[in-house]
Amino acid sequence: MEEGSLVQYAPIALMFLVAAGFVGVTMLATHLLGPKRKTNVKLESFECGIEAKGNARIPFNIKYFLVAILFVLFDIEVIFMYPWAVNFKELGTEGFVEMLLFIAALLIGFFYIRKKGALTWED
Amino acid sequence: MISFLIYKAILVGVVFGITLFIAAYSTYAERKVAAFLQDRIGPDRAGPFGILQPLADGLKFIMKEEIIPNVSNKILFVLGPSIAMLTALMAGVVIPWGSTLVINGETYSLQIVDLNIGILYVFAVVSIGVYGIMIGGWASNNKFSLLGAIRASAQMISYEIAMGLSIIALIMMTGTLSLREITELQTGAVGSSWNFWNVVYQPVGFLIFLVCAFAECNRTPFDLPECETELVGGYHTEYSSMKLGFYLFAEYINMFISSAVISTLYFGGYNFPFMNDLGMDQNIITIIGTIGLFIKIGFFIFFFMWIRWTIPRFRYDQLMNLGWKILIPLAIINIFITGLFGIL
Repeated sequence: MEEGSLVQYAPIALMFLVAAGFVGVTMLATHLLGPKRKTNVKLESFECGIEAKGNARIPFNIKYFLVAILFVLFDIEVIFMYPWAVNFKELGTEGFVEMLLFIAALLIGFFYIRKKGALTWED
Repeated sequence: MISFLIYKAILVGVVFGITLFIAAYSTYAERKVAAFLQDRIGPDRAGPFGILQPLADGLKFIMKEEIIPNVSNKILFVLGPSIAMLTALMAGVVIPWGSTLVINGETYSLQIVDLNIGILYVFAVVSIGVYGIMIGGWASNNKFSLLGAIRASAQMISYEIAMGLSIIALIMMTGTLSLREITELQTGAVGSSWNFWNVVYQPVGFLIFLVCAFAECNRTPFDLPECETELVGGYHTEYSSMKLGFYLFAEYINMFISSAVISTLYFGGYNFPFMNDLGMDQNIITIIGTIGLFIKIGFFIFFFMWIRWTIPRFRYDQLMNLGWKILIPLAIINIFITGLFGIL
């Protein structure tokens, strides 16, 4: 198969179809095969075994949201480093020094959020 | 072109089948390993030594009553486990399961697609798996599921950064993102061509990657999302029948894929020592290599289980401290040292 041809990537689509087909058919099979003796009590949410109180869509700790935002920032910076890593040998010392500057900028941000206490979980 | 597609279709079927088979038997192995470590016998009723247990489990999952709680969001409730399972199955496409077979002068590669960004593909597909857990936990409309799902997402994204950074040091040495090319660079290991496995050059990177793989698969000691002592059953508390099965199954498939990626990146993939020195036929080398790869994968799956039944789980603040304050700086230092060695 020649390089760059789109047919080369067709097996990924094929795998997706096989996997999606498997998931769909199994879901349908378990829906059709299982017994259906539903009662109102059975369909209540189990939660922890005793009667559920109130809605579950409650506010949660802001720390989780903070982690998500920090992840977006850092993951983008990590992705920036991939093209450099692939060409590391060609870029040589100059490229390495430039990347050190980039990492230094990343580390300044890292120490800032650390000092700000964004990564402190124990109160 | 038609023959190319037919061959790839067969390969897709085989990889799909093997993935499911290994995931199913991992559940059996897990129970047997647990039993062994706790001085019990483990499952022994279904078939000789209980080897039909996974079939019995699977059948039972399918035949169970499907319960979708009234208060849940019904579409998302079904979508959650489907995404988890789908993304777990998709990752096996880029892993080189073996070298090439030569039949009647035609060469057949034992890899479905040789993407030049193979590692990024694995990361991309596996990251979508977090949606499966998050959607399922949220749709359940259960406080404990929600907590489990939030914990899972925060944990998986935190460790993804350290994982990405640990790979960069490896990429700097190999200069390619293709899993096949990384494997080819480790050809021989010992023998006439002295290409050691990458773990020799990247021991720290390997350790970081291993720890992150545990966290990404939600395995002990990082199994806080399903921490049964505080969260009932974690994100899948409300699930039953095959939907619960999919969540559990996806975890084992992820373990299998992680083991395969670890073996490929750091332990030579399908290469084995003295492979080019014994004067063997290419096809025989390929077959032994594939068996060797599965032995390596089997070892890592066993390692996952071994750790699970040995080490207690972390507290959440310890987990986050390890991910952000230890692994990320360590990975950056590893990149720095690799860079220094690279330019000297």
